[in-house]
Amino acid sequence: MLYSEKVMDHFRNPRNVGEIENADGVGQVGNAKCGDIMRITLKIDNGVVSDAKFTTFGCGSAIATSSMATEMIKGKPVEEALELSNQAVVEALDGLPAHKIHCSVLAEEAVKAAVKDYYDKNHIAYDPKLFCGLDCESCHAHD
Amino acid sequence: MIYLDNAATTKTSLAARQAMLDCMEQFWGNPSSLHTPGQRAAEALAVAREKVAACIGASPREIYFTSGGSEADNQAILSAALLGKKKGKTHLISTAIEHHAVLHTLARLEREGFSVTLLPVDESGIVKVSDVAAAIREDTALVSVMFANNEIGTIQPVAEIGALCRERKIPFHTDAVQAAGHLPIDVVSQNIDMLSLSGHKFHGPRGVGVLYVRKGLPLLNLIEGGAQERGKRAGTENLPAIAGMAAALQEACAHLEENAQKERVLRDRLIEGLSRIPHSALNGDRNCRLPGNVNFCFEGIEGESLLLLLDDKGIAASSGSACTSGSLDPSHVLLAIGRPHEVAHGSLRLTLSEETTREEIDQAVRAVTEVVERLRGMSPVWDELQKGVRPYVIQ
Repeated sequence: MLYSEKVMDHFRNPRNVGEIENADGVGQVGNAKCGDIMRITLKIDNGVVSDAKFTTFGCGSAIATSSMATEMIKGKPVEEALELSNQAVVEALDGLPAHKIHCSVLAEEAVKAAVKDYYDKNHIAYDPKLFCGLDCESCHAHD
Repeated sequence: MIYLDNAATTKTSLAARQAMLDCMEQFWGNPSSLHTPGQRAAEALAVAREKVAACIGASPREIYFTSGGSEADNQAILSAALLGKKKGKTHLISTAIEHHAVLHTLARLEREGFSVTLLPVDESGIVKVSDVAAAIREDTALVSVMFANNEIGTIQPVAEIGALCRERKIPFHTDAVQAAGHLPIDVVSQNIDMLSLSGHKFHGPRGVGVLYVRKGLPLLNLIEGGAQERGKRAGTENLPAIAGMAAALQEACAHLEENAQKERVLRDRLIEGLSRIPHSALNGDRNCRLPGNVNFCFEGIEGESLLLLLDDKGIAASSGSACTSGSLDPSHVLLAIGRPHEVAHGSLRLTLSEETTREEIDQAVRAVTEVVERLRGMSPVWDELQKGVRPYVIQ
């Protein structure tokens, strides 16, 4: 099998599919030309991610990593959500094939982009270094 | 499982399996040996060669057995290039939609100093004979144009290109891996100098193929070490595979028109069914295509997830998306017919065999319709298309 059972489970039964209306933070990364786009919307109450949803255009691992990433940040303080790494998503999914690692990077960046949007909308100060390289090219550079 | 990936490989036929078993039980000798077991194997090899030759209108001496279609393509191109070079001819012509066995061999020759012209195709995937004529130069050593495309199934004007090359005295090779056993092939009337085919695309075994080379045309060998295949391909012959391939090809050619007609009816039913999915488009020519080939693009979704969900529903298919090719770029064939990247990622190839049933086709249409809808439901691209943020590529 190309994918672990965990990946297939999150691909077949993705958690948190959809879009939160009037979301507090919206992050969209990737581009259609590369074949994957992820969009994550967050509801944030008192600095805690109370809900997270995603929509994804992409392969099986792109859908599975989006699903897992939203699961991992739900209920966490925003600062902790920001610390979500692609490695953590890969580990939670019991691994990804080497050429699919960029999908997990995209998931990490989608979460970061959504938090950045939340910070920007609420005029919360942050270190811009936290958000460098939120684009498709940089994700593929991680391959 | 509904198997709709017959362009990737086919199930071996009973005739092929029986021929292979017969070889392993009775003709296990080395055809190069002078003793009786060897000579019995040599006879079986000769019979297989005659069968293959008869299927494509060639004579047995023009048939060289190889390890498959890729080796045959490599040998035809490398041989023509190196022989051409001796006469100062270092230009090679082919098309943008060839199989990688052809394209990568040409790229290698290009790195070694040959110049290569890859002709474009029109939006239905067909190369123009006039483009071939215009590309021919004084130093052209070879023209190689595939008989029918492996992804989108379009059939090329091989006989016309062959006639042009014959007139201009340029060797003409065709990769007929997808055509053999499915379309009528006659190397004489179609003016073909070299032709590659592969055993496992018509219910024969894999690991075996054929390179046909017209009598009188010189051929260089790639593999040294013995006098097999008249010195053009060393190595003890894989007789069970060769006999299995010959039996399968003979059977396929004996029922060619009947099978093709059966497949065409179901192919058209499948095309009709999938066309009802909004913002979908058939890739390749509507009529001038392999009897068993259907290839679609669906806007707003990606091919790998489509394949995985179809597999869950018991349907085996393939895609030209980057994720399934293991690279970042989607199929070069879909790009060559003008599909933009984002649409080429959402492609689906369904390839039939004569055993495919109407019920299977109807089930496939239902499954694809459901899966496309489901994936679009979670796709931000589809959302943007529907909201008008992003323009539809496929109307």
